[in-house]
Amino acid sequence: MKEAQGHNKTKKFGMVIDLDKCTGCGACMVACMAENNVSFREDESDKQLSTAWMRVYKMTNGKPFPDADVCYIPRPCMHCEGHGGHSPCVSVCPATATDYDNNTGIVSQIYTRCFGCRYCMVACPYHARVFNWWDPVWPADMEKMLNPDVSVRMRGVVEKCSFCYHRYQRAMEKAHYEERHEIEEDEYQTSCTQACPAGAITFGDLNNPDHTVNQLVKPDNRHGGRPKNPHAFRLLERLGTNPKVYYLSSREWVIRAGDNYVKNENH
Amino acid sequence: MSTHKDQTKAVSDQDTEGPAAPIIFFFIIGFAASLVIGWGIFPKLLYSQKHQPIDFNHAVHVEEVDDGCESCHYFREDGSFSGIPDLESCMECHEDVIGASEEEEKFVEEYVVPEREVPWLVYSRQPDCVYFSHAPHVISGKMECAECHGHIGESDHARVYEENRITGYSRDIWGKNMIGIAKNPWERMKMDDCSKCHIRENVNQGSVQTQKGGCFVCHK
Repeated sequence: MKEAQGHNKTKKFGMVIDLDKCTGCGACMVACMAENNVSFREDESDKQLSTAWMRVYKMTNGKPFPDADVCYIPRPCMHCEGHGGHSPCVSVCPATATDYDNNTGIVSQIYTRCFGCRYCMVACPYHARVFNWWDPVWPADMEKMLNPDVSVRMRGVVEKCSFCYHRYQRAMEKAHYEERHEIEEDEYQTSCTQACPAGAITFGDLNNPDHTVNQLVKPDNRHGGRPKNPHAFRLLERLGTNPKVYYLSSREWVIRAGDNYVKNENH
Repeated sequence: MSTHKDQTKAVSDQDTEGPAAPIIFFFIIGFAASLVIGWGIFPKLLYSQKHQPIDFNHAVHVEEVDDGCESCHYFREDGSFSGIPDLESCMECHEDVIGASEEEEKFVEEYVVPEREVPWLVYSRQPDCVYFSHAPHVISGKMECAECHGHIGESDHARVYEENRITGYSRDIWGKNMIGIAKNPWERMKMDDCSKCHIRENVNQGSVQTQKGGCFVCHK
């Protein structure tokens, strides 16, 4: 097999979420669950036990009327790069079940390789990983609705958002068929991006200046991907996890809530 | 004390002289038996033998079609691979019996007339977590079908499908050879066989953990 690797520039797929546009409707969560065969239980009332790759958190500025303000934060896996792929979860996995790919910048999770020690869940500062305490049980006929491009998980393994990597595989498959080596921006979009009715989520290659995500945040790769856009921020920036999910907001208190600042400290 | 010592000495002398030959004899019998069980009986027990619903003759079909393998096993426009043809493709020629073979008659009777898809047994079915795409291999990689599938196009009969009773996978995945030697790609297709070629051809060797192929290249 002679694949012309020279044509492939290193990609760094990332996401930009505009928190001023997000209404907290949860369409991204639903779309993600349907797309990725995320299992559910008969009784989903205890949300701490429920599985979600994309989760929307609600936060408030804690002020009384008329200054009260609410912000919703959708949280997928951040696909941290750290320094040279040294992301928190990848570096602790004893089974090589999770891995950082330098070609795409995506943190993979191989369920059949995982033996469920959950070190990665402890290491992840974003709570992006979920453990399967039970085997998934699909109601009658629902198995036929499962996405064949995503493998289902079994009891005893950890799962997380994959940036809908199977869609990249599908897009690359088509590109190979048409004898191209690159894919267009709109050929690979995550399920949550396409489902967001407010258009708050943008997805693309952060290394490609033609892609919207790059133009929105202007990541500075020489300084660990820090955004040059002053309205852009990343969650827990100062941990050095170098995540690939950026948030946009014009509200100062929202940006401050993205990291642990001491009182009177500027971000 | 001395008598006791003498007695034990006498006993041990007896042991080393006499029964050495029977011990070796029993060892050889036991060794041979374990080999027969391990390489002969156990694989027979482990794999059930299944026959394809129709004894398909590739050689006859390849002679008749114009485009070689791609006449029936083609790419769809979205880049996905059609794999085994569905009944509709077969019916383009086989709406009625057109030959003299008994298998074709059976095919028309049992599947074409009631319009029932043939439940072919797929020798190459991989586990759910494996992602494989023909397009990068055949189109970008310019590989011939026979490089991986062997000379299946010249076969007159569908071979026996051996299914692992425990895992439910085809024996073609694990390989025929019990020692684990595969001379040709079509004899076995485990993860190491994929990565061996991917390392050689430098395909997406971007993993941080292993410095080899990224997991999501062949997994999903």
